[in-house]
Amino acid sequence: MSMPFYVSPEQVIKDKADYARKGIARGRSVIVLQYSGGLLFVAENRSRALHKISEIYDRIAFAAVGKYNEFENLRVAGVRLADLRGYSYDRRDVTGRSLANAYAQTLGTIFTETQKPYEVEIVVAEVGASPHDDQLYRLTFDGSVGDEHGFVAMGGSAEAISEKLRERWTEGLDLADALRLAVELLGSAPESGNGTEEPRVLTPAQLEVAVLDRERPRRKFRRIQGPKLAELLGVDDDSDDEPDESPG
Amino acid sequence: MSTVRRSSGGSSLSSAFLQAGSSSFAEFLAMHDPSLLPAGRPLPPGTSVDAVHGTTIVALTFAGGVAMAGDRRATMGNVIAQKDIEKVFPADESSCVGIAGTAGLAVEMVKLFQVELEHYEKIEGASLSVDGKANRLATLIRGNLGMAMQGLAVVPMFAGYDPETGGGRIFSYDVTGGRYEEHRHHSVGSGSMFARGALKKLWREDISPVEAISVAVESLYDAADDDAATGGPDLARGILPVIAVVDSDGYRRVPESELDPIVRAVVAARQNRPDGPVAPITG
Repeated sequence: MSMPFYVSPEQVIKDKADYARKGIARGRSVIVLQYSGGLLFVAENRSRALHKISEIYDRIAFAAVGKYNEFENLRVAGVRLADLRGYSYDRRDVTGRSLANAYAQTLGTIFTETQKPYEVEIVVAEVGASPHDDQLYRLTFDGSVGDEHGFVAMGGSAEAISEKLRERWTEGLDLADALRLAVELLGSAPESGNGTEEPRVLTPAQLEVAVLDRERPRRKFRRIQGPKLAELLGVDDDSDDEPDESPG
Repeated sequence: MSTVRRSSGGSSLSSAFLQAGSSSFAEFLAMHDPSLLPAGRPLPPGTSVDAVHGTTIVALTFAGGVAMAGDRRATMGNVIAQKDIEKVFPADESSCVGIAGTAGLAVEMVKLFQVELEHYEKIEGASLSVDGKANRLATLIRGNLGMAMQGLAVVPMFAGYDPETGGGRIFSYDVTGGRYEEHRHHSVGSGSMFARGALKKLWREDISPVEAISVAVESLYDAADDDAATGGPDLARGILPVIAVVDSDGYRRVPESELDPIVRAVVAARQNRPDGPVAPITG
């Protein structure tokens, strides 16, 4: 009779956490930060179709780093949960907090009960009536939730970027300033694999940008792309002629 | 293995939420909690209930868009159940839907249809085509056939702006989910035959958006004139028809400030000619 090797629970958890952390660290970063008119999402993402930033509900958006198929699965589940709640209760009863709780439960269960944890880190953001009411929840692969204030950075260089955001982010930044700060910090992160510390200048084509705009009626989520993005960054538009803003 | 607990919007995401595939909210509901679907509650056989009914909806196209209007009356038998019900709704940012038939079910179906369109848009990152939206509504109505056979029919009309043709399109439905594209104009509900007569005589190829609103008011006036279940404009209470316009700028409900003078002009003209404007006779 063969005896299985004994592995202590501490070791199992540690191995899983290391595995997930390594997966997340490989990816490019995402920054979510508050500006005077709402919440701004900036990701380094060359794809126009595979989004890291998405709308969940009227006032709620989702940003993620890590493995695409895993966070996409969570995003779709979040849209379903939010739409179900809004349909069976009322649109106003869909909150970022309940969604963050659901994600935390789900990620926690997946982390403890399955062999392979999700290699994702997500932010659930809800824009409120005033900056004081904005909510930012950061969720990690093991289901831990953090209630963040002002800004969140996730992904490969999250630590370094957060450090700089702590120094440079202030309340009441306008949209263009907040966007330039985020883009500069994303560019300051070394690109994985190339090893140089040289800061890069990210162009609009390398960015995925969206806002939860406090002033918009009902659906507050809007993507910023094309000429509008170039204008905010103060550079020439290098992308094909797409509309300034589009839903979804 | 993910969790298998079933939650109805509760604290954790059950397997139905995490299942890949469908971008339809109605299909998700059917899988997760069918009792939330309008047709998810079977009635005992052989019974019929007295329910509130909504009545007349008209829609007509103009160059570059479509207008839809509904009166404000809901009836239950010979009783006016509500004087100011709203029966025309935005379906999404570039389409609208009007309802006739059993009001409770119809309003619920519109709510589901609105979520269905937004859900698809969020999951797929793109809007459905106008035909796609019209077909989704047909599927929802088809699910209601059992209820319709017991007297709880829902008869909606759908209209949207089609960026491919640069104009408005109108779709009507029957209780079996049959979908029919209508050209120029259409009307549904108990006063629809009277409204349709007015639409036929007043609609022109080169009608402007403002004229389209006026024609919609005229046709609803004619419907209210001959159908007891359709309400005319109630100027004493300030209850005007609900009129929506959909064009390349999207859905817009005509505000009261804009509608009030048009309705007053129509009502004033009827003081002289109670049967409304005269269509010219040719030949």
